[in-house]
Amino acid sequence: MNIIVCIKQVPDSEAQVKIASDGKALDLDQVKFVLNPYDEFAVEEAIRIKEKKGDGTVTVVSLGPPRVKDALRSALAMGADQAVLLWDPAFEGLDSHGTAVLLSRYLAGQTYDLILLGKQAIDDDMSYIGPALADLLKLPLVSVVTKLEFSPDYKTAFAQREGERGVEKIEVSLPAVLTAQKGLNEPRYASLMGIMKAKKKEIQEVNAAALGMEGSGTSDLVKSRVTKLDYPPKRPPGKIVPGDAATAAKELVRLLREEAKII
Amino acid sequence: MKLELTADQQAFQEEVRKFAQKELAPKAAYHDKTQEFPVESLKKMAEMGLLGMSVPAEYDGAGVDSVTYAVVILEISKADASCGVIVAVQNSLVALPLYKWGTEEQKQKFLKPLAAGLRIGAYCLTEPNVGSDPGDMETTAVMEGDHYILNGTKTFITSAQKAETFVVFAATDRKAGNKGISCFVVDRETPGLSVGPKEDMLGVRASGTAAVTFENCKIPVGNRLGQEGGGFRIAMEALDCGRIGIAAQAIGIAEAAFEASLQYSRERKQFGQPIGDFQMIQAMLVKMATEIEASRLLLYLAAYKKDKGERYSKESSMAKLFASKMAVENTINAVQIFGGYGYTKDYPVERHMRDSKVTEIYEGTSQIQNLVIAKAIAK
Repeated sequence: MNIIVCIKQVPDSEAQVKIASDGKALDLDQVKFVLNPYDEFAVEEAIRIKEKKGDGTVTVVSLGPPRVKDALRSALAMGADQAVLLWDPAFEGLDSHGTAVLLSRYLAGQTYDLILLGKQAIDDDMSYIGPALADLLKLPLVSVVTKLEFSPDYKTAFAQREGERGVEKIEVSLPAVLTAQKGLNEPRYASLMGIMKAKKKEIQEVNAAALGMEGSGTSDLVKSRVTKLDYPPKRPPGKIVPGDAATAAKELVRLLREEAKII
Repeated sequence: MKLELTADQQAFQEEVRKFAQKELAPKAAYHDKTQEFPVESLKKMAEMGLLGMSVPAEYDGAGVDSVTYAVVILEISKADASCGVIVAVQNSLVALPLYKWGTEEQKQKFLKPLAAGLRIGAYCLTEPNVGSDPGDMETTAVMEGDHYILNGTKTFITSAQKAETFVVFAATDRKAGNKGISCFVVDRETPGLSVGPKEDMLGVRASGTAAVTFENCKIPVGNRLGQEGGGFRIAMEALDCGRIGIAAQAIGIAEAAFEASLQYSRERKQFGQPIGDFQMIQAMLVKMATEIEASRLLLYLAAYKKDKGERYSKESSMAKLFASKMAVENTINAVQIFGGYGYTKDYPVERHMRDSKVTEIYEGTSQIQNLVIAKAIAK
């Protein structure tokens, strides 16, 4: 069973991000990066599948600048077997679509039984890569998975999704693309031994030429661009309704009904 | 000179910090209140390799260096001081003597399960009448054929409640003082071994601390660690390393109190401004921050010397002496910054204050650290 997990490195959820001076990108200079939490579920699930089945390899793949190696190492420390980084200075400025196309080109040359990803990255929340990969690789997709099991021959996966009205159970033939939702598992902490092993592992690097795009550039892969970034509007200050309890309650009800229009 | 952790040490620190803050810290108040031994937390720490972190990989440990050990104990203690001392004792006082003095057979039998975290270990030196002067101990081991008969009581034994492997010191020759002490590895299942009720202590209340009594316990000669009469040296060497752990624990407790105080001083307003804007509060915060860093440097120095294979007994005593006093003083100040709220269990600083005090007492009181350092500097 060969499982490929596509991961993304994202700013730590506690990081304070600022908009860069051009107003179109984020200033990420002082930001601490982590492995995208939803991808952590995917990595954990891949390792569990491998451990349960007793054979196979878990390969983590990411596209991004050299700092992304830290995220790949986090996955290796958890127990992934090997890591691949797709990067070339020419990749700078790729959008989600371009990223998915290049990932699919790399994956097209690999053998795998399953592709796992987080359901979205917590930085841009696009939820693009999973569905796009399925489309580009002509594979079935099951997204937002909260439970995953397999047939005894591991040719079929039984995935569970949680909707607002209930639980949906899906049977899907492999290979397939599955995206992980919170609740799928509780990701492990890396052990000291795991961290040490991960440090010693080589991260395979794949550049533009290896993806068959020597000289052609990435401009025709980019289909969207950010035109402007704005901070969310400042929350208006709260209002304190004065007076004794009875009067204040009356006034509060009036405000909720007439001003806020929520009751 | 380079005063920073290596990339590896930083990676260990980051992962353990993340784990400790997320998994240990939320349960610390509960453990303190109930005195419940943190079995679940220990299981998770075992999975991360923390329970045998300083044991080499060939005996199922993680084989990290002493600086990493210090950093890890600090992070654990910052989240939960009881967990800190349990892990410190397991590594420094139980696994380390077994690794250093154990025969291959003893390592296979006793060290491996400890290093893998399958068993919890306890170190039995202190007795009801014998604390700082172990040469005068009353527990005896008398050889009878192929075994020893062990009799006596050990007190204030960390982890005793749940420990399965006990490293026990006993007099094989009561007239010989320090030279008459021998060291034994004793299984919890040994007939005649009994563990008393847990001590109702001021701090580190979830450390499973209790008395252990040996009544005509038959201990095979093969369970003796080192030579007969060689126990005192084993006990002291273990404590040299142990003091790195306790210094780290003290700093961890102080750091937790400092961070809580810093945050509170920004939120709490009096006279129309955050109390952190007042110089008298700032002075307490500055003292904390500065002394924590000074303690950390002493801690790293001791651990660094140990990693280099140099003598580090003086440095580990200095680190423990300084860091424990620092932790007691600064956690008292943390309660002061929190005022009335700090005196309640609604905030964590009173626990930090209670947890800190024992670092001046166990693994050699501050008075004993003074003796060790005085002897070392007189040379």
